[in-house]
Amino acid sequence: MTSMNKSDMQHLIAKRVAQELEGPCVVNLGIGIPTLVAEYMDAADIYLHTENGLLGVTDVEADQIDPNLVNAGKLPVGEAVGASYFNSSDSFAMIRGGHVDVAILGALQVEQTGVIANWAVPGKNIMGVGGAMDLLVGAKKVFVTMSHTSKDGSSKILKECTYPITSTRSVDMIFTELAVFKVVDQQLKLVELMPGATIEEVREKTEAEFTE
Amino acid sequence: MSKVTDSIEEALSYVESGNTVLVGGFGLIGAPLTLIEGLIEKDVKDLTIVSNNLGESGKSLGILLNQNKIKKGIGSYFTSNRDVGDKYQKGEIELELLPQGTLAESMRAGGAGLGGYYTTTGVGTDLAKGKEEREIDGVTYIFEKAIRADVALIRAHKADTLGNLVYYKTARNFNPLMATAAKKVIVEVDEIVQPGELNPEEIVTPFLYVDVIIKAQQILTNEGVVKR
Repeated sequence: MTSMNKSDMQHLIAKRVAQELEGPCVVNLGIGIPTLVAEYMDAADIYLHTENGLLGVTDVEADQIDPNLVNAGKLPVGEAVGASYFNSSDSFAMIRGGHVDVAILGALQVEQTGVIANWAVPGKNIMGVGGAMDLLVGAKKVFVTMSHTSKDGSSKILKECTYPITSTRSVDMIFTELAVFKVVDQQLKLVELMPGATIEEVREKTEAEFTE
Repeated sequence: MSKVTDSIEEALSYVESGNTVLVGGFGLIGAPLTLIEGLIEKDVKDLTIVSNNLGESGKSLGILLNQNKIKKGIGSYFTSNRDVGDKYQKGEIELELLPQGTLAESMRAGGAGLGGYYTTTGVGTDLAKGKEEREIDGVTYIFEKAIRADVALIRAHKADTLGNLVYYKTARNFNPLMATAAKKVIVEVDEIVQPGELNPEEIVTPFLYVDVIIKAQQILTNEGVVKR
């Protein structure tokens, strides 16, 4: 496919993921591409949870920004009708306890079993994990969004992760600018080519084994 | 004796070198900025700071870090302050990284008188290394120890003079948990009211947890932190 700029690519992925959400449901959005998904959700009964303590996240007008009302990426957000605030322990009890329907996360690598690595890079100081591990063990479904390849063109969908894994749990779906995969019985299944992508390109840029 | 003081020095008189101190906030949001400022002024060292982040570079707890007053940091996301990595690389600080939910739950458990708990979070990852594994009903869990501290520095919206607290939006975050898990709990608030003025149904932190109340002098605004 012809190269597209990073922002267009991120929006393309976010828009596609949004189509996968069916209300009523509670969704937690990670930082990066996942944050953009909110722009494409049209169902009124999709509620956003943010782990820093709010169920019922919505966007906010510039003149309404409150410095004490932010999402997990510390970006300003608004309070939806029916929203509630809670402390961090309650927030993660919701996540770990299986009460959040979908978590949409970014990833550095995905392996062919659907296990992901998204919190640490070997050789660098391990400095932050945030809520990634909790979301992976607790959300009913986990969707991963990421660019298909690294900056150097190497595949991010691998036979085996070379970075530290985030959980032993497999994610449910993977969305890139080239393809959509489902993880079925710890195996990748290509379910859709993104606009402009060809099966040859996906094969070439995917190290992991997958079925079609 | 009244819990209310207008002296930061007096409020922080409970903090001693070598203490473990819980510090509320998600980044600067809900952080006790006035009390942190006081800690920056205070002659104290070898602190273990439990907080989601160690501030931002050159801000809030980030200043305390650069003063070499922090011996150890326990948190979930130090990435927000690049100075933490530099200090760690030089061997000037110990770090303990916990998943954010584990950090929160460990304080909840500590405040509730528990020794610890089993969680699925982190199982099979590098953060589970050295932690006891146990299978319960066919599921593998790891043991996480409760966190208790000498002092908690927290931020709330309003206090009555008894010490009942209500919070404000996402500035709540870790603060109510930290209020339960330390021997001495010091809170800074926007407003101090008389008992009876807060609706009992809305009180999040009942007064028995709170030892010292001070009015906030450092306020987070859309233009950054300003002094009141």
